[in-house]
Amino acid sequence: MEATHAIAAGMGGIRTAGDLVMRVQLAKKLRIAEAKKYVAEKLDVTIDELCDVISMTEVREKRGFGIPHFEPDANVNIGMEAKFRIAEALGLRINSVERFKRLAGIK
Amino acid sequence: MSKDKRYFTRRGDGSIVYLTEREIRDDIVDGVADAVKRGKIPPLTQDEMDHIFGIVTMPGGVVGVAPEDTVVSTSDSGSSKFTTKCGIPIERVAGAMIHERVLGADSVDIGGDDYNYKTAKGIAKREASVLKRALDVTTMPLFYGAMPDLGFYTKPDGPVDNWAELLPLGKVDEALAAQEEAVGHSVHDIVYVAQQVDAVGADGIHIDTAGAAGDGDFLAALEATEIIKEKFPNLAVSIGMSGEFVLGMHGRLKYKDKRLAGLYAHDQVKLAEEAGASVFGPVVNTNSDKSFPWNISRVCTFMKACSEVANIPIHANAGMGVCGVPMAENMTADVVSRVDKCLIEICKIDGL
Repeated sequence: MEATHAIAAGMGGIRTAGDLVMRVQLAKKLRIAEAKKYVAEKLDVTIDELCDVISMTEVREKRGFGIPHFEPDANVNIGMEAKFRIAEALGLRINSVERFKRLAGIK
Repeated sequence: MSKDKRYFTRRGDGSIVYLTEREIRDDIVDGVADAVKRGKIPPLTQDEMDHIFGIVTMPGGVVGVAPEDTVVSTSDSGSSKFTTKCGIPIERVAGAMIHERVLGADSVDIGGDDYNYKTAKGIAKREASVLKRALDVTTMPLFYGAMPDLGFYTKPDGPVDNWAELLPLGKVDEALAAQEEAVGHSVHDIVYVAQQVDAVGADGIHIDTAGAAGDGDFLAALEATEIIKEKFPNLAVSIGMSGEFVLGMHGRLKYKDKRLAGLYAHDQVKLAEEAGASVFGPVVNTNSDKSFPWNISRVCTFMKACSEVANIPIHANAGMGVCGVPMAENMTADVVSRVDKCLIEICKIDGL
């Protein structure tokens, strides 16, 4: 059922910008159209590009936001390191990033 | 015998049924009328009912929305379902990563197999530890999730007398008092779990199937949300409903002077907003005996009313037995994708 939702109607998470739009919904309580607009403006992309796997893969690779399918090399950016970059790019507080900084002694 | 063209569709139990255009259109009108009567809400427009007919009869096994209209997803017990529902022996951190990198989920929740806050409270630090490991290796937002499940607080498993046993004995005052006491225990447990998951950096906490045990259950979700937002303001709260209206097991419980018993989604969402929730998950029940056209038109009438008054994102609960999805364990993509298309294009929902 989750696969059907994803194919028929889902943004696709880190395949596009679904995780980023979800973060904006949580942080700012914005409805879907406003949340997409917020992320698109922050990333300087169109709404069509925001929902497109090919376009967003390029953006995510360039900005280090993490993608689902990657070559296993030293430059892979996924998980916590990607969230550092996402928090900065979107101007959002990400709780796990703040905790990581605090415990790692990063200002 | 009629030679009218018959369209493939399903009943609320998922079984196949072939209906004529007239039968489908009649069911759509009846479904809308049922929602209008029960919810005291406006009907769908003729254009919207025509659009539902088009989606129901649309060729193809899977239908979809335009890419720019896609929505985001939340879950209930998402990361544990590979194990609990499919018997695949993987732990929940791997489950979360599979949701992120294989299924294209936009978020997922880490929740235990015994998906309720009374159980979670006793092992909250260990549950938070699982969540912490998942937060280190995933990119999308992660919740901790469980249900208030007020019934778990009744004897012999819990501390409170069982109101379902007291009521048939005519012990009404005792039954009411027992529910009120259970609300306090439930709020305490939910907030305790929230404290643990906030400490490891959770993005949010999901209070799932709120209202399952009636108005006391829903009240516990609302009061817990209010406290969580006061104590842990950066922890998002998602409240997902259990049924299309709040059962009046108590009957007199109120939140901010609003009686909870009998509230449908369009009223529930306003209370969720007042409590401080970031996301609300409305539910409309699927009637197993009725057709999919009847069910989905009824769902859309309720859901549109909810969406129009909501100031926070609404993620429709489109799982087994709710929002037009049939009451069946093994789900078929034709009906699920049609549910999604109707909910997004007619009701303007923000997520699933």
